[in-house]
Amino acid sequence: MKDGTRPTFHRTKATRVTLAHGGGGKAMRDLVEDVFISTFYNAQTGAMEDQARLMPPPELLDGGRLAFTTDGFVVDPLSFPGGDIGKLAVYGTVNDLAVGGAVPKWLSASFIIEEGCDVDILRGVAASMRDAADRAGVAIVTGDTKVVAKGAADKLFVTTSGIGIIPRGRDIGAHRVRPDDVVIVNGFLGHHGAAILAARGDLALETDIVSDCAPLNGLMEAALTAAPNLRAARDATRGGLAAALNEIAASSGTRIVLDETALPLRPEIRGFCEILGFDPLYLANEGTLVLFVPPEEADAALSAMRAVPEGKDAVAIGKVSQGPAGRVEMRTLFGGSRIVDMLVGEQLPRIC
Amino acid sequence: MKYVDEFRDPILARHLIAHIEKLVPLAGGTEEKPVAIMEICGGHTHAIFRYGLDRLLPAGLEFLHGPGCPVCVLPMSRVDDCIEIAERQGVIFTTFGDAMRVPGTRKSLMQAKADGADIRMVYSPLDALALARKFPDRQVVFFGLGFETTMPATALTVLTAARDGVSNFFLFCNHILVPPPLRALLQDPQMRIDGFIGPGHVSMITGAKPYRFIAGEFGKPLVIAGFEPLDLLQSISMVLEQLAEGRAEIENQYARLVPEDGNPQAMAAIDTVFEPRDSFDWRGLGEIDHSGVKIRPAYAAYDAEQKFGVGYGAGKAAGREPEGCRCGDVIKGLAKPTACPKFGTECLPEQPLGALMVSSEGACAAYYQYGGARREAAE
Repeated sequence: MKDGTRPTFHRTKATRVTLAHGGGGKAMRDLVEDVFISTFYNAQTGAMEDQARLMPPPELLDGGRLAFTTDGFVVDPLSFPGGDIGKLAVYGTVNDLAVGGAVPKWLSASFIIEEGCDVDILRGVAASMRDAADRAGVAIVTGDTKVVAKGAADKLFVTTSGIGIIPRGRDIGAHRVRPDDVVIVNGFLGHHGAAILAARGDLALETDIVSDCAPLNGLMEAALTAAPNLRAARDATRGGLAAALNEIAASSGTRIVLDETALPLRPEIRGFCEILGFDPLYLANEGTLVLFVPPEEADAALSAMRAVPEGKDAVAIGKVSQGPAGRVEMRTLFGGSRIVDMLVGEQLPRIC
Repeated sequence: MKYVDEFRDPILARHLIAHIEKLVPLAGGTEEKPVAIMEICGGHTHAIFRYGLDRLLPAGLEFLHGPGCPVCVLPMSRVDDCIEIAERQGVIFTTFGDAMRVPGTRKSLMQAKADGADIRMVYSPLDALALARKFPDRQVVFFGLGFETTMPATALTVLTAARDGVSNFFLFCNHILVPPPLRALLQDPQMRIDGFIGPGHVSMITGAKPYRFIAGEFGKPLVIAGFEPLDLLQSISMVLEQLAEGRAEIENQYARLVPEDGNPQAMAAIDTVFEPRDSFDWRGLGEIDHSGVKIRPAYAAYDAEQKFGVGYGAGKAAGREPEGCRCGDVIKGLAKPTACPKFGTECLPEQPLGALMVSSEGACAAYYQYGGARREAAE
């Protein structure tokens, strides 16, 4: 097939996935072409062979570095207010690239499908992945499907890997974090974790909480333009803000002090946490960017972030300070203080 | 957030703290010999550390972290019984999430689940009953745990099972009562407790009456408290005022939720289904007379102890605690968690040896998580 001409894809008549769809024959070809390849098709990258063939972009040839990451997604339920497993799988990998300063380019997507899964569910997930990829400016260029017997997986598991380019001269990482750096988050905390828990229905709790699931690469570029000496960034997913900050504190050997009064928490999240005994610092996010910025660039970073939809509620929540290394503390509302440790286990259902 | 922020107002908190600072010396508290106030409930322990209240109050005031965390006082032998039941063919074992990680002699429920037992986390005993209806061929066991607070829901579930004739639902009853261990602590000659912060949620069910002996027989003040920072600060000042004035009364700071006589309907449900045990084993405290309840003979068909021949039904001896653990001394307030040689070394939240490290309401876990020990070591 020539680049630029959309090929004709086979269609499937199946409404449910059977083991035959994993057998490598016509049933599988029809399903894969109908549901995935036709949805992900991209004129630039052309039709899919057994491997994607990619031209190195100019930023790479100009002394840039490759960034490469992978992530598995097993969220239950598959769709929830504000997103679904497909959107998560795209944004999760895009964000893992973006927080390293990479410009995300290409994704792979691998699907483990449980026998009996509705084909319409797969169509929905694929469509949502395509939308998410378009919004984030990446292409899904290669993939795989496997079908496993009923009970061997839970409906659908998705794994995405991603490649991005880190432009020349960019060096973002925990090793650059210094005392006096300002800690910034792009918006309200805890929405993804709360939305998933509520969507599972076990809690018999009705809320309007919507997952924050969003791509962070555009926001990250805006912050980097305004604050070129931006030190480090994290995507505060599993384990919440507390886990992201503890990671940075540990690997940078610094102490981070949060201001409880500055934490962006919506009333519905605070109410949710009050009722259920959760701490919003540990609730998962899927569109929360945590930045460490030198103090002289903090204001510029904040204004630039607030100009981007994903960053309109950006706010400084604390700073890096001298003192015991590897520790995150929070000054409480009353001027008391406490340690914000990492969460130990996971008492909660699967969240991402 | 309405009805919450009012109880977290920093300006009011500062007024209360200043008031407490004035009261502590009047109540006889000095840095060398602080006034010792025991918060009975694990929820209060958690709140004190979460809001950093321990750091804001004067050195002449000391908190003792009492026995009010049901997961923490659960003896290992009972966890072993849970696992024995859960590993039986045909059983679905249901539990609240925070009991999953409590170590038994051999393993925790979390490990038993990984080994293949059908163990499911539920949010309410009614969820367990729903499972029993959904899987009529399985035996669904609910791990009933907690003080007077959780007892009414368990009792109502047993009553519902009986009313609807659900015959494959069983309760493994580990419910315990707040007042008996308080009496045991007060009778312990080693104890030094000047006053109590009483449990808010338990009292919502029982009312204030069950604590009267604390003032009447032992001459100690007790103030039933809510769980917000201002609730705690106000309750602490109420205890100190009593001490300063030489009074010993049962007072109710949490009157917005705790009626003087508790909740009669809930108490009636408890009384219909449960009766006191002669004695129950408390981790760290040992056997305490009449400190637990069991299912009445009329509802014996729902009793997992009888159905599976475990626990007191089997007449087994209590399990041994891990060597060197000082859980008991910590529960009694005789030692700070940091005084235990295992704390933070062999006993960590990710690998708890003693039960006080398991639940976020346990004194050791709160101490570790919110930094009592590590902060002191660094300063």
